[in-house]
Amino acid sequence: MAGSALAPSTERTRALRLGAWTKWLGIAPFFVFVLAFEILPSLNLFVGAFQDQDGRFTLANFLGLLDHFVLKSYMVSLQVSVITSVVGGLFGFMVAYAITVGQAPRWMRSILMTFSGLAANFGGVPLAFAFIATLGHTGFLTAIFRSLCFTNSAGVQNCPLDLYQNGFNLYTLTGLTLSYTYFQFPLMVLIIAPALESLRSEWREAAENLGASGAQYWRDVALPVLWPSLLGATLLLFASAFGAFATAEALTGGSIPLATILVSQQIRGDVLGNPNEGYAVAFGMVVIMSLCIALYIFLQQRTARWLKR
Amino acid sequence: MTTHKVNWWAFLWAVLGLFYFFLPLYGTLDFSLRMIRGRLSLQAYQIVLADPQFLESFRYSAVMGVITVVVSAAIFLPTVYWIHLRLPQVRPAVEVLTLLPFMIPVIVYVFGLIRTFGRPPFLLTLTPLGTDVLIAAGYVILAMPYMYRALDIGMRSIDVRTLTEAAQSLGANVFQVLVNVILPNLRIALLGGALITFAMVIGELVLGDFLVRPALGPYMEQMGRDHAYEPAALAMMSYALTWVCLGLLQFLTRGSSSQQQLTGR
Repeated sequence: MAGSALAPSTERTRALRLGAWTKWLGIAPFFVFVLAFEILPSLNLFVGAFQDQDGRFTLANFLGLLDHFVLKSYMVSLQVSVITSVVGGLFGFMVAYAITVGQAPRWMRSILMTFSGLAANFGGVPLAFAFIATLGHTGFLTAIFRSLCFTNSAGVQNCPLDLYQNGFNLYTLTGLTLSYTYFQFPLMVLIIAPALESLRSEWREAAENLGASGAQYWRDVALPVLWPSLLGATLLLFASAFGAFATAEALTGGSIPLATILVSQQIRGDVLGNPNEGYAVAFGMVVIMSLCIALYIFLQQRTARWLKR
Repeated sequence: MTTHKVNWWAFLWAVLGLFYFFLPLYGTLDFSLRMIRGRLSLQAYQIVLADPQFLESFRYSAVMGVITVVVSAAIFLPTVYWIHLRLPQVRPAVEVLTLLPFMIPVIVYVFGLIRTFGRPPFLLTLTPLGTDVLIAAGYVILAMPYMYRALDIGMRSIDVRTLTEAAQSLGANVFQVLVNVILPNLRIALLGGALITFAMVIGELVLGDFLVRPALGPYMEQMGRDHAYEPAALAMMSYALTWVCLGLLQFLTRGSSSQQQLTGR
């Protein structure tokens, strides 16, 4: 009894004795650390993007973004990110549909959910190696497809599924898309499966009672509820592809001109011939990523209202 | 109405999903075992494991991983505790700061680190030790979204105020409360954050590569340039290690609804 009455009051007196400002000391180490190793480096890039080589203020570095070379790498990055987030997003949505509303067999559901948690965090160099071993020139699937040959009536051997004879090449945008999908679609499953699970069966029954077809239910009921989560998840996939570097570097050795690759080349050897222009390129990427993530968080909060059960 | 009918449409997509997961895994395993023509062998694994450079880079990354975990815990545990107990008003600001690493591509981040700490007045990259300090600090920042979130979710599930008041009324000071009361109650959350942090550090390429230290990521990339079968063996080992860490994490946090993570690469 005495304890519960006493404790808050002792605490209050202690807080008073320490003075109001001392309580800020508790989070000082965090702020000092973040200031030194997060804010300072970011701010430094930001400032550098607005300076010329003698340290004077300028906007010329951003004009450099319109340079053909830089613009192209931004365009390729955007293209890869849009394609992988849409392809990975759609695929992930279908898989999430299958394991929630679609009632796929229970064992499939648990495997897919577990693997989504693992694969969504998988990337970098090993991912590139995995795809090279599977679909590279001597990869496992490449070999299987190449061996599916037949001899036609004229005696000419024909291998219709030989991937590399038919224009496929892993070390290109196609390969990059395939590799990114490996972490993109599980990420979609993780985000969208809870939203699909929150679709109440009463809504479907109500729609059916009113004479709606399956397609009408999806178009008029389910998708309007799901679209903020879908859009938010796609934005997140977009950002994760846009910022990805290691997989692309290990897969293509830097031969695809992505914005991240351009920044890496700028760090290694100042390919732009002006360090400050490099900061502007980097700064532009942060702006794009921040917009995506901020919008994602906003949409997540909007969705949270519908997802409450 | 449709309860006992098999939904073939759903079944098809689930099967496609499973194929997408397992084919690259199987392909890597198969490839890694075919170094000796005509038969399966562990040759590629033996070569990698016997390579002193591999052992050195693995040791380096593992030590870095442990350092990162310890420093993260030492910084974020008191911070999260204090925010819950005394400073709920700074929570939004802190959350934005902890999510920032997701908005900055790692390659851009390392660019900022080099610009800031590669020259006076904060020159750190002159000596290996200084560079290691910088890399460790960088890893702490990159792991911050995971570690902070893990601890924050863990802290929500315990009654911080009552525990603190109980301990204080028994005469404990702030450090004793943190170490003897809060820490044991958060061990699962902390372990979860530690596992994902460790897995991230082990697989990380960019910081080690661009700050030129012998980490596992740059070693793997170099192997990928020079060899055919060893990278597949490395990828398998990396898969195994990462997935043991993340699998343990899933096991530890099963049932919690806020498990979903943002990822940043």
